[in-house]
Amino acid sequence: MTREITGAQSLVHSLEAVGADVVFGIPGGAILPAYDPLYDSTRVRHILVRHEQGAGHAAEGYAQATGKVGVCMATSGPGATNLVTPIADAYMDSVPIVAITGQVARAAIGTDAFQEADICGITMPITKHNFLVQSADDIPRTIAEAFHLASTGRPGPVLVDLPKDVMQSLTSVLPHEVWPPSLDLPGYRPVTRPHAKQVREAAKMISASRRPVLYVGGGVLRSRAAAELRILAELTGIPVVTTLMARGAFPDSHHLHLGMPGMHGSVAAVTALQKADLLIALGTRFDDRVTGKLSTFAPHARIIHADIDPAEIGKNRAADVPIVGDCREVVADLIGALQAETRPDLGGWWEQLNRWRGTYPLGYAEPADGSLAPQYVIQRIGQIAGPDAVYTAGVGQHQMWAAQFISYENPYTFLNSGGAGTMGYAVPAAMGAKVGRPDTTVWAIDGDGCFQMTNQELATCALEGIPIKVAVINNGALGMVRQWQTLFYDQRYSNTDLGTHPASSRTGVKRVPDFVRLAEALGCVGLRCETAADVDSTIEKAMAIDDAPVVIDFVVHPDAMVWPMVAAGSSNDDIRVARDIAPDFDYSGDAEVNL
Amino acid sequence: MSSHTLSVLVENKPGVLARVASLFSRRGFNIESLAVGPTEHSDVSRMTIVVAVDELPLEQVTKQLNKLVNVLKIVEMDSDVSVQRELLLVKVRADAAARSQVLELIGLFRAKVVDVASDAVTVEATGTRDKLDALVRVLEPFGIKELVQSGMVALGRGSRSITDRSLRALERTA
Repeated sequence: MTREITGAQSLVHSLEAVGADVVFGIPGGAILPAYDPLYDSTRVRHILVRHEQGAGHAAEGYAQATGKVGVCMATSGPGATNLVTPIADAYMDSVPIVAITGQVARAAIGTDAFQEADICGITMPITKHNFLVQSADDIPRTIAEAFHLASTGRPGPVLVDLPKDVMQSLTSVLPHEVWPPSLDLPGYRPVTRPHAKQVREAAKMISASRRPVLYVGGGVLRSRAAAELRILAELTGIPVVTTLMARGAFPDSHHLHLGMPGMHGSVAAVTALQKADLLIALGTRFDDRVTGKLSTFAPHARIIHADIDPAEIGKNRAADVPIVGDCREVVADLIGALQAETRPDLGGWWEQLNRWRGTYPLGYAEPADGSLAPQYVIQRIGQIAGPDAVYTAGVGQHQMWAAQFISYENPYTFLNSGGAGTMGYAVPAAMGAKVGRPDTTVWAIDGDGCFQMTNQELATCALEGIPIKVAVINNGALGMVRQWQTLFYDQRYSNTDLGTHPASSRTGVKRVPDFVRLAEALGCVGLRCETAADVDSTIEKAMAIDDAPVVIDFVVHPDAMVWPMVAAGSSNDDIRVARDIAPDFDYSGDAEVNL
Repeated sequence: MSSHTLSVLVENKPGVLARVASLFSRRGFNIESLAVGPTEHSDVSRMTIVVAVDELPLEQVTKQLNKLVNVLKIVEMDSDVSVQRELLLVKVRADAAARSQVLELIGLFRAKVVDVASDAVTVEATGTRDKLDALVRVLEPFGIKELVQSGMVALGRGSRSITDRSLRALERTA
């Protein structure tokens, strides 16, 4: 007699076979069959989260910190729709995750059954691909395909929707017998090997350039090309800028690094792109937050654009030399091709770059009233926790300060929501990162707004033994929105005061919620710091605790703003280093950039 | 903006049409005409999509379509080197007095009558969009009671086939 197992068993065995060691999820009606064999699995650890969004972001944090595919699981209907935000986030930032959702039984699909949602239809535009599994026989192959799609080519989220009756039915297709199953993906052929002719063309262009910049995006991290990038940069002496998604791909302390470009980039990085005669764009997509007004972006530059996704090349900016391929292979081949070329002479270029860098370093003004500067807090966390820690950030001012004022020396140490800009990303992503790298210190740099969206996962962290550290940069407001209200809406602070700050403008409201007491209620250690003098000792206290999650309420100056800034829709040429202050390129000897 | 005809070979699986259609709407492209049907290989369907875009967005459409996992191959059908046809069914008012005149016009267009009633005829015609438009124009004075038109289908001229290689890939994985 042939042995038969249930579809649910097949799912769990397939997850084991594909090497998924952690699943973040919450059970519910339609996914219940899967949770029964999961209970017995010794190889798959299930982490019970408090909200499906937390499961999705945790899977993202796990994936970004480890390079492996992150897995989240939810039931049908609202369970599945709660995954939509992290799935969209993973799609925007090319994070390899697999989402497994329960679905109502096949016979009930389309009848508006209890907890039914067409999650495949809903996630069609925000997944790399999704599957509605029709037979228990197909489960091993579908799981193998889902992991393959998520992790190869341009990585991204893949959703597998499993009807309850499929999980309950019997199948004689046993995962451990068929593994690895042959994949049925005839239309999926990502190009990873760059074309040699294009690489030679690029090498010639690099050799002939006078003001080149390596414009490095998140694709360099996804392809694990940081080591190759460093060789390329040092071989050529070409300056490097790393986008928000690429922070850590090149050491911040490296003399060739000009910092982050974009809306809140350093003057040197933004201006280098504007004045360049050649951009070597690696795994980056000319996003509007980097280019500013596209028609005025890098007007004198020719473009070498390497990306594994052909659709990114020429999407926003035409490429003179398009290269489709995996960044690691592209950079390795470029290094080879450059051996035959003369090195570009960049002496004059570096003189200018160093002048910009020297005249307009990143900095911030200490608050006149003696209150705590948020930038100082974040800088000290970076210095005390050091470059081996992993940092996650939510979205807003604290995210930009975390990108600016922490020195990233290693890849995969800064995780944030770049493309989607998902508030609430930091805490669950930190949880996922800590699960994936338990021996690494993980700090979530969060805002008081973001923190209130997903802090429930601290209960998960407390109970599951995931001792992350959370720094709530508490300015009492939706800070970035408030900054725009200050700059562009005549200081009319419509609906941005959250009341979490002692200086709240709301009458009679102080510290709602009280983050220290909230942390304690969630099983964490809660600390508060309100003065610069206490910053180091508070951080050190948090660093000393490794048996529980720690939350620090850093009560900071409410009016601090993120600078430099290129206003939305403006040209990068109109960068402001502080309010109403444009860089004086004449003063810095830049008037006659010889173009 | 100009019209482009894309022949898209896709896996014959549930939901593929929805993926293709939603990609067009999400990326802001307008489908002028769409025809889907089986091919000589039962696992493969062929979509013929007419889209009005400029050259550069067309490249984006093609690249984005190529990223869909179920899409096997995309070929742009240049009207000079392909045969492009649409099917028209039209019900024209034609009583005894007008019938012979209507039939004469239909004959000129090499269309045929597929149904006759006492006061109307139903006409089937195939051809390019221009030809069918011309036919409709000459029939309009008689009174058009109902009209339905298929999306365009297209096939390249000559002996080469766009399906050969994709089908071989499909058989390899099977």
